[in-house]
Amino acid sequence: MKKIQIFGLIIIAVAIGIIVTTAGDASTYVDFTKAKEMAADGDGESIHVVGKLKKDATGQILEMEYQPAIDPNYFAFTLIDNNNVAQKVVYKNSKPQDFDKSEQVVVIGKMQNGTFSAEKILMKCPSKYENGKMETTEHTAAKS
Amino acid sequence: MIHSTIGSAGHLLVIIAFVTALVATFAYFKAGMSGGTVEDTLTWKKFARIVFYLHVAAVLGVVFSLYWIIGNHYFEYHYAWKNSSLSLPTGYTISSFWQDQEGSFLLWIFWNVILGCVLIFTNRSWEAPVMTVFALVQAFLTSMILGVVIPGLDVKIGSTPFLLLKEVMPDLPVYKMDANFIPKDGNGLNPLLQNYWMVIHPPTLFLGFATTLIPFSFAIAGLWSKKIQEWIRPALPWALFSCLILGVGILMGAYWAYETLNFGGYWNWDPVENSSIVPWLVLVAAVHTMIIGRRNATALKTSFILTIATFILILYSTFMTRSGVLGNASVHSFTDLGLSGQLLIYLLTFTIVAIGLLIYRWKILPTDEEEVSTYSQEFWIFIGATLLCLSGFQILATTSIPVYNKIAESFGAVLNMALPADQIGHYNKFQLWFFSLIIVLTGIGQFFWWKRVGKGKLQALYNPLLIALIISAAVITIQEIKDIQHIVLLTTAIFAIVANGTILLNIIRGNYNLSGGAITHIGVALMLVGILFSSGYTKVVSINNSGLMISRSEEFTSNDNKENKENITLWLNKPEKMGEYMLTWRDVRVEPRNIPGYIPKSWVDIVEGDFHAVALRDIVVNDKKYNSKGDTIEIFPENFYYEIEYREPSGRIFNLFPRVQINPRMGGIVSSPDIQRKVGKDLYTHVNMVTNPTAEPVWSQTENFTISLRDTFFVNDYVAILDNVVRTEQVEGVALGEGDAAVKAIIRILDKDKEYVLTPSFVIRDRMVARKPEVNNDLGMRIQFQEINPQTGQFSFAVNTTQRDFIVMKAIEKPLINVLWLGTFVLIIGFILATIRRFKDFIKMRDKETLASGKDKGTPKVKPQIA
Repeated sequence: MKKIQIFGLIIIAVAIGIIVTTAGDASTYVDFTKAKEMAADGDGESIHVVGKLKKDATGQILEMEYQPAIDPNYFAFTLIDNNNVAQKVVYKNSKPQDFDKSEQVVVIGKMQNGTFSAEKILMKCPSKYENGKMETTEHTAAKS
Repeated sequence: MIHSTIGSAGHLLVIIAFVTALVATFAYFKAGMSGGTVEDTLTWKKFARIVFYLHVAAVLGVVFSLYWIIGNHYFEYHYAWKNSSLSLPTGYTISSFWQDQEGSFLLWIFWNVILGCVLIFTNRSWEAPVMTVFALVQAFLTSMILGVVIPGLDVKIGSTPFLLLKEVMPDLPVYKMDANFIPKDGNGLNPLLQNYWMVIHPPTLFLGFATTLIPFSFAIAGLWSKKIQEWIRPALPWALFSCLILGVGILMGAYWAYETLNFGGYWNWDPVENSSIVPWLVLVAAVHTMIIGRRNATALKTSFILTIATFILILYSTFMTRSGVLGNASVHSFTDLGLSGQLLIYLLTFTIVAIGLLIYRWKILPTDEEEVSTYSQEFWIFIGATLLCLSGFQILATTSIPVYNKIAESFGAVLNMALPADQIGHYNKFQLWFFSLIIVLTGIGQFFWWKRVGKGKLQALYNPLLIALIISAAVITIQEIKDIQHIVLLTTAIFAIVANGTILLNIIRGNYNLSGGAITHIGVALMLVGILFSSGYTKVVSINNSGLMISRSEEFTSNDNKENKENITLWLNKPEKMGEYMLTWRDVRVEPRNIPGYIPKSWVDIVEGDFHAVALRDIVVNDKKYNSKGDTIEIFPENFYYEIEYREPSGRIFNLFPRVQINPRMGGIVSSPDIQRKVGKDLYTHVNMVTNPTAEPVWSQTENFTISLRDTFFVNDYVAILDNVVRTEQVEGVALGEGDAAVKAIIRILDKDKEYVLTPSFVIRDRMVARKPEVNNDLGMRIQFQEINPQTGQFSFAVNTTQRDFIVMKAIEKPLINVLWLGTFVLIIGFILATIRRFKDFIKMRDKETLASGKDKGTPKVKPQIA
């Protein structure tokens, strides 16, 4: 075999490795029901859940807890997924700025002891700059 | 009055620019096609050039029109209204130009015409085929801002920046009352973009995007006119220039993110960032294969593939960030303007034409007769280029996940794939190894390139290897690096510095012109060391160890203390221990426009909805008086700076001023860090949450106390003592005349570790009672002297409390981040040297050719310069 062929084979092997790993590492969008099933099956993979905040008729956010005086690193809220399943979410970091006006929230994390433990929060806020359009912001509970 | 002329002129000029681009494409195409007579070709070429100059004039006109609208605050135009405001300083008015999609396309178009002109002037022999590609790209780009609806088909082409507000939002109720309504002020620029980097980063990045078109055009021109090898010489300096500019543009963005955004770093693996680094990696690979492309057929073929790939990746990146396909995935993608279809056509046209042409010409490309030797320079450069491409491919494969979802969707499948939850871990898995290998190859490659080593004589590499191992061992021991991946990356980077440094010392004595490669490689190696330490060894300083965790104490200590507790709460003027520092939040400050530094917010009263404030006292900064009490001064109304005092164990004190921007119309707060820069590490501090500095405090219900002297009472859980009531001659804000009397109470309030004295006063003035309350923000308390009862000798006070002001902040240390910035500068110098060298090569060859062709005709145009 010529060197160039061996070389080509190695490249193809690495490329396949990259694709397989990407597919393996990629997370998925699921709902809370599925997230609970996954937790029950012992699947510890982090997943994405899209939902809306629980609000009353006047638009006040319900069941949101953040008391920086006591603990600035504990933020809890209730998220309702696209199938109308409500779930308590705990985010061990400071409350993201502009959280209150977000229309749509994506939480990334997994179910733990009955609550959804979020590692990262993405928010879609009505943007002043894009009238009527949404703007995404990202927040991470970095573990460094 | 609505200034409709300028908008119509702008719109018309866009249409002219589009049409002239199409005509120029056709004319240059005719000129580039062989077959016609020499006169025909010349006529077409001259005609094409004139049309292209018309195009240039039209584009400059469009740019001028849009800038005129923004600069003159014509808020009847949607673009000006949406992206600028009266209070915006001039520098940032420029950046509102490219804040939106249309303007950024325009910026790109602008750079392309400038580059097109430079090419026409410097390179007449390649003009026709190269400018055909250029003009076609311009046609596509101008179509994006065309804003024309094709009648009958109801198809909109492009989105114009010259729309009036009432054309964009005709349903606004105000237009029912007044059809000629013009907003008084615009929305303003996103506060995050009000930063000097945002004035220079986008133009640099778009110049980088624009320059990738040049090597691509030359590659296409080479294939087209069968100048299979000749295209490399004129293309190479531009490819290097493009590497330089695109690289600098990306790094400026990274630096802006580090300084302005609060995620605590310079790289977030965001799709927008990724999609600009991938073309850069491929372009760097292309430069390497181009250097050896004239000697090696495999490298020549690869050069074609990589230069074409670079430009297509730029188009793909444009498509991803502007078509809305990223959706949830990115923090800063543009919103969908309905251009997805157009962008896709643009992408596919160039992909298909370029690849088609390459396949069509493949058989006339030369092939190597014998295998490349393992001991040749070509072999090592080739491996390096391959690794760069694999690195780019890995980033691209992950970044494209939202695209896979869209593709599956169009086939009716639901994929629901999301980006990896742990992006950093995912990318590091590959990139750490790729870059360890790449950086080793830069060292080995240079030794082979300069023929310092060869088959059977590898001794020259032993010394650098030995030195590198010794230095690495020392660094690993001192810095206590345990992670194997980190050890490998560090060792290889140090080897690259030593090896390239050795080569540099060798060649710089001969000809420093040739040192570009070695210097660039040293820059990259330094950057890798900086990235390794600043990202891999970031230390959170603000670990929350406060005893306030009673509510969840068990959870707090469980899980090996690894739960997140990276933010701490600071109360106004209450010192808190953080790491080795003692931290105190001292004040909120505002930023005046014509006074250096920041001044306390309490010194001024900010005029709501304006960029002015009234001074409440004389404004004296550094012993210089700038304004008197009552003056109106200009400020940045959105910016608040939180003065945080750091006391080091040595007793040295320094202050940091992390910023919080509050934009009432935007309704949110945005925070940016402040960074204390030391040689060895940066201390990075940002505020995550604040009690709104513009909101009036909400006071509790009044509580009344009637007490005697030296009585103790409890307010808001504090012990308070009425020490004394004394006569006073001065009460601030009240002019005391003859016969007036004033007393003040001295109330001592005991906090945990500090005493406060509050002195509310009671004034009888012109037989009227005036009560001057005193507010203490540290305690969140207001006390008013209500009454004196001469009969009982008792005094009454009214007390209100409010929530005490606090901030939640985070501080991290970034070790050796300066090595990253140092590496950046070295990299820039290396690229500049390399670009100059290759440009000189090109000029020399061009003049030789001109001379040769001139001799053929017998009339040399250029006098030979014999050096």
